[in-house]
Amino acid sequence: MDIIDIIGPVMIGPSSSHTAGAVRLGRMAAGVLGAQPVKAEIYLHGSFAETYKGHGTDMALLAGLMSWETYDERIPKAEDYAQKAGMKYSFQKVDLGSMIHPNTALFHLEDAAGNKCEVSGASIGGGQVKITSIDGFDVELTGRLPAILTVHEDVRGVIALVSGTLANIGVNIATMRVFRHNKGGTASMIVECDDKVPQVIVDLIGAFPQVRSVRFINSVL
Amino acid sequence: MRKEKLSLNKWISMAEEKGQTLQEFLLDYNTEQLECTREELLVKMEEMLKVMEASIAFGLTGVRSHSGLTGGDAKKVKEASENGAFPDVLGAKVKDAMIYAMAVGECNAAMGRIVAAPTAGASGVLPGVFASLKEHCHLSERTLAEGLVVAGGIGLVIADRASLAGATGGCQAECGSAAAMAAGAAVAMLGGSPTQVGYAVAIAFKNVLGLVCDPVAGLVEVPCIKRNGSCAVQALTAAELALAGITSFIPADEAIDAMKSVGDSLPCAFKETAGGGMATTPTALAWAKKYFS
Repeated sequence: MDIIDIIGPVMIGPSSSHTAGAVRLGRMAAGVLGAQPVKAEIYLHGSFAETYKGHGTDMALLAGLMSWETYDERIPKAEDYAQKAGMKYSFQKVDLGSMIHPNTALFHLEDAAGNKCEVSGASIGGGQVKITSIDGFDVELTGRLPAILTVHEDVRGVIALVSGTLANIGVNIATMRVFRHNKGGTASMIVECDDKVPQVIVDLIGAFPQVRSVRFINSVL
Repeated sequence: MRKEKLSLNKWISMAEEKGQTLQEFLLDYNTEQLECTREELLVKMEEMLKVMEASIAFGLTGVRSHSGLTGGDAKKVKEASENGAFPDVLGAKVKDAMIYAMAVGECNAAMGRIVAAPTAGASGVLPGVFASLKEHCHLSERTLAEGLVVAGGIGLVIADRASLAGATGGCQAECGSAAAMAAGAAVAMLGGSPTQVGYAVAIAFKNVLGLVCDPVAGLVEVPCIKRNGSCAVQALTAAELALAGITSFIPADEAIDAMKSVGDSLPCAFKETAGGGMATTPTALAWAKKYFS
């Protein structure tokens, strides 16, 4: 934590967790999709479900899906902009269970090309966020750093291929986590980097035969 | 090995030993932390001050919140005091700090743009105190920017030793911390010594200790907006005492630790859950039921 965290951020009110954090969750969800969604079903859990109306959480989430910043003065009018952009969206209250963080949103998104994704994340206080699941995989992504997300086969050498590729272009890896459904099955990797990863490198990683899909998710803080 | 907690008293002693003002000391400390120049940090702080002034101006237009629960009060107080409809109670400096703090609270509730310093819910206190002192004590932009560095430094210590979140420590941790930050900054900007800044911080905490976070319907409106106004006044009270040479028997670090211990002992109902205090009065419950239905 530094002085910029204390005297800041600049944001649209009223709540760092229910408004600023919601913008960031929307941005990260759109980042996972890789494009602005044309269809968004948004499920709100816990305190998000109970008080979203008074905190403008719905507008903040839509603003995030359009990749706006937390300080964008258009946020109170995000619904108008989303409608003008042709986005079909809905908000529904959902109970995801008592183990799930009270400020959680679950997104079912679809882009113009028909690509879909399911992302859930929580606003954990002070505008900080955590993406907790992507397409059924439990993950942990904070949006503090640019990140690469892969879905790959759980075989030897994939991690070395990805980290080696990043090392070759001089990108430093800050954190790295690997998850898998089952041994030898589908696995996933989140690599947070100190620098933005160029799209050609992301495509290169995606071209490895063991890698089923790869996404680059930019930082939102 | 456990990291040693940040200490305001240690910083104060170091500044006094070097013969520095707390502004000087904290500029050195923070530029080292951020790996930036003094000029870069002060320009950043000046940008924050501009946003704060814009929030005040927006609030003073009389905006209402989306829920319709609050709004227009800052404008109303300002107009009433200008009309001279009743005898002057607080005096211009204190009154304007209160009005500007409430204006930012109303701007925040109306989904306007604010600086979350230290948080969105307590974002009115610093702008209130800073804008009033700028106007009435003719402080320069640079002096104010340096004051914001002092406020930020105090906030860093509070965040490290206790918390700035209402959900963790109650309103004393949000508006209360904002009051302590503003009090210390005011003393520094008006020429007080580092030691006096420490006393102002401690005095401010003494006067807000135990303040609960009890937002009606969970919204950052009632009682948050008036609390911002009142904590701006608390900040100036503490600053006046410290500048006059009044000391605090309890040092700043210990006052912050006391705030943490009170926060830890507070039941969950008083930590932003809308489960107690003003939030569970019959009027609040009835309004919330109607609004969310």
